[in-house]
Amino acid sequence: MAAPDPLDFAAAIATGALRVVDLTATLTPDFPVIVLPPEFGQAAPVRIREISRYDGRGPGWYWNNITLGEHTGTHFDAPIHWYTGKDLPNNAVDTLPAEHMIAPACVIDCSGEAAADADFLLTRARVEAWEEEHGRIPRGHWVLLRTDWSKRSPRDYANLKEDGAHTPGPDAEVMKWLVEERGILGFGTETIGTDAGQASHFEPPHPAHHFLHGAGRYGLQCLCNLDRLPPTGAILITAPLKILNGSGSPLRVLAVTRP
Amino acid sequence: MVEPLQQPERRNPLRRTRQPSLPPVGRSRAGMLLTRAAAEGRFALQRCDECGAFCYPAHDVCPGCLSTDLKLTDAPDGGTLVSETVVRVPADVYFRERAPWRIGMVKLDCGPTVIAHLHADCGEAEPVRMSLQLDKAGQAAAFARPAGDTANAADDRQWREMTASPKFRRVLVTNGRSAVGQATAAALVAAGAKVHVGIAEPWKPFEAGKALEACTVVPLDVTDERSVRDLAADIGGKVDILINTGEHTRPGGLIGRHGTATIMDELSQTYLGFVHLAQAFGPAMRARGADGIDSAAAWVNVFSVYALANWAAYGTTSAAEAACVSLSHCLRGELRAGGVRVVNLFTGPLDTEWFQTVPPPKVAPKAVAKAIVSALESGVEEVFVGDVAEDVRQRLEANPKALERDLGA
Amino acid sequence: MAKPASRRTPYDGVVITTPVTIPYQRYSIESAQWWIGRALRALADASGIAARDFDGFCLSSFTVGPDTAIGLTQHFGLSVRWLDTIPLGGASAIAALRRAARAVQAGDCDVVACVAGDTNHVDSFRRTLENFSRFAQDAVYPYGAGGANASFAMIARHYMKRFGVGREDLGRIAVAQRANALNNPHALMKTPLTVEQYMAARPIADPIHLYDCVMPCAGAEAFLVMREETAAAAGLKGAKILASIERHNARIDDVVQNHGGWVADIDDLYAMAGLRPDALDFVQTYDDYPVIVMMQLEDLGFCAKGEGAAFVRAHDLTIGGDFPHNTSGGQLSVGQAGAAGAYLGVTEAIRQVLGSAGPTQVAGARTGLASGFGMINYDRGLSSGAVIVSGDG
Repeated sequence: MAAPDPLDFAAAIATGALRVVDLTATLTPDFPVIVLPPEFGQAAPVRIREISRYDGRGPGWYWNNITLGEHTGTHFDAPIHWYTGKDLPNNAVDTLPAEHMIAPACVIDCSGEAAADADFLLTRARVEAWEEEHGRIPRGHWVLLRTDWSKRSPRDYANLKEDGAHTPGPDAEVMKWLVEERGILGFGTETIGTDAGQASHFEPPHPAHHFLHGAGRYGLQCLCNLDRLPPTGAILITAPLKILNGSGSPLRVLAVTRP
Repeated sequence: MVEPLQQPERRNPLRRTRQPSLPPVGRSRAGMLLTRAAAEGRFALQRCDECGAFCYPAHDVCPGCLSTDLKLTDAPDGGTLVSETVVRVPADVYFRERAPWRIGMVKLDCGPTVIAHLHADCGEAEPVRMSLQLDKAGQAAAFARPAGDTANAADDRQWREMTASPKFRRVLVTNGRSAVGQATAAALVAAGAKVHVGIAEPWKPFEAGKALEACTVVPLDVTDERSVRDLAADIGGKVDILINTGEHTRPGGLIGRHGTATIMDELSQTYLGFVHLAQAFGPAMRARGADGIDSAAAWVNVFSVYALANWAAYGTTSAAEAACVSLSHCLRGELRAGGVRVVNLFTGPLDTEWFQTVPPPKVAPKAVAKAIVSALESGVEEVFVGDVAEDVRQRLEANPKALERDLGA
Repeated sequence: MAKPASRRTPYDGVVITTPVTIPYQRYSIESAQWWIGRALRALADASGIAARDFDGFCLSSFTVGPDTAIGLTQHFGLSVRWLDTIPLGGASAIAALRRAARAVQAGDCDVVACVAGDTNHVDSFRRTLENFSRFAQDAVYPYGAGGANASFAMIARHYMKRFGVGREDLGRIAVAQRANALNNPHALMKTPLTVEQYMAARPIADPIHLYDCVMPCAGAEAFLVMREETAAAAGLKGAKILASIERHNARIDDVVQNHGGWVADIDDLYAMAGLRPDALDFVQTYDDYPVIVMMQLEDLGFCAKGEGAAFVRAHDLTIGGDFPHNTSGGQLSVGQAGAAGAYLGVTEAIRQVLGSAGPTQVAGARTGLASGFGMINYDRGLSSGAVIVSGDG
């Protein structure tokens, strides 16, 4: 079989035969970041400092210095992020295989359940039900959990209570199953983390991080526009910044689908 | 008899804001001793170590015995008003704008005769109570008040020039999430101020609670330049007093700190927070230093006393605060052009979660709030709150090296 | 009062000649050097002695800075063997003539030009105030005092209360001087002043009102001091110095100033002159404020302390009156040309005893007194002086 011509792909996008959907939230200073107890180190929020803006600091040009954490805004988690993936080869954003940065995705729409229950958990049964309808999740695919969480106000998005954050996510069993039985490339969410808000109380704690990274798989979080993707058939372009030994990276996530 | 101050009218938008002018600023080196006393709220004069005589104006040599051992010494504040005048046509702009201005000669019980600004209720041949105040130029000025209490004393027109009373002023308290911020906001409301309280990261839970009932809560994240500028764009022209209650405290020394993420946080919250606030709010405050009853009047920093002497247990926090103390002196110089004073409060360990394991005495947030209001009402520039802060102050003066050894242990 | 015999050497053989006045201007764009130079030229023109033959020079000025007398020798082409700068404000003229007289008497020099002059730029008065003295800078100027007005207001208020003096009493002094000034073509004030106008004037620093204040202006005054034979050789009439005194920082126990320093040395003054106050034909007091005039009348022995008000009520202070006083109109009506204000009474006194006062001449004046007062360093005037001069009319 002759190799497909990449120019066909470009032409399809140019003509609108294929549609590009931006799954990225804007990097702004007031977008919530993961909250840990204050005695731990904290993820830096986005900070934008003007270098010059056509003024005395630089008369003809505008530019900023920015500071942010690797896990700020819409971002990618590499295996090295979690202790379970710390000894894997090519486990950081600067060494992971470039082929993994373009891959297909399955989208599981749980927006109804999440609207009803902030602590909604994705279970193996729920995924199997989805497979009944859309077919078995192929190996090497992303699984994206649609909750419409990205449409919430920052406060409801973080949804912090006295006992911590209350946001939807996967339970431990489904994560183990998706990784081991379905061989997914990674798991993506609209929420601040790949795990549920209360996942520190799960067994093991933070099962998405635990199983994904332990198996060399990836996480995507703070995604948006998942409602514009089909359940299957989209591909994701997810190229993190090439940060030396980076555990993750803010990135632009693009999806390409049929219209 | 002082008439009670009235709520100022809304400004006429067609009139130019009165530009600040300052009273004469020049003082001799010796005269600056009194500025120190005024900054600390002390009535102190030079006293000759040899013959014991107090002298005034500031001397370099004792007129009684020609000794040069003249030490700034707390002096009895009693005196008698022996003559007075109402200056109606002063030579310089500051007083011309404020004329008629009443001054008098006070014969101090401790000896010297002092020309002083007069409170309206001071009567000739009557006893007065003296203080050294910082005038709008930030220099010491002798002020005579009646020996006894009088009605609406704090509303006296000339007294108000020497203070930064919160009454009828608009105040921004920068950190409404902290206990100190909340207590301060409540105390300022009680003192007659209209209070805005800043809340960072509004997506995190926040219950305004009773303390902030009479305040307006506004978004303000001091680590975010844009957030600070956005708030200044809204209310920067009507912040008369800014209370910088950063209060970002993290235990830990330097070597064991392991990396700089926490230290960056401290610098971002404490140092850059100060920078952002100063750049966003400073210019308008400086321009509004003479803008009527609710003119811009003061910038208050709440610092840990360990800003002045590093406490290793909170080593990097202490250092970040020390940087702010240095910066506050820069800001003080810059705001002085507008007659706006910078008040630095130094507190001992607060009775908050961040000093949980520190043994008492600890400073209640309410005590800090009370000290802030009192500093504004009395017009001082340096305040030490709590026993620990006072201890550090005294030991810094007595033997800073010994203090360093103790705090580094 | 006891009159101890003075043990001081008389000013025998010394005379003051050639009083000159450079007419005052309210404001001037010229420098103090310009005004002083004009006075020096006037001395040379009026005396017929070339300026290069002045071998002594004595200068007083507030606004000549950064120069002092030495800088002006080069500026004016003077080569002198005796030089002095006297920064005593209103006491400068008395101090100048005392020092010059002794220098001439001792033969240290032959002809001393004593000059006081100041300019008055639009802002120079305020600048002078700002830099007046260290104590004023530290403890007076920051209180809105804006110069001497407030300090003298407090002194005046205290004095008036203590001795029962009314504003109208002080007004008599100002009104009489204005009447005198109307005879002086150089006076800046050219319209009559009534007691009613005085009383109705706007307050400046209570109880000081407008007509209690002098008007700062530019101008210069000067005279020459030389030996009698030098004067005779030049054909100049001279006034003799019968006695003089000066005193600085006197009566430090006055909580508020009630006296000038004259009171310490007044007996010496009259003893040295060999006369009593009532023998004087006129008096030129230092009149920066009428209240200081009244204090002088007491302290110079014309009446007892506290009787100044009664004295001015009982006497006519005009040129033709029974107590001719500040016959030129004084600083209150002529203007205060800085340090030249100290000279105004002295040059007028010289003219009076030499019979050359013209329209302000007191008939038959032979002997008179001029006094000076100055340097309100903090809460009181520190310097004072007085001289009794005589001439042949």
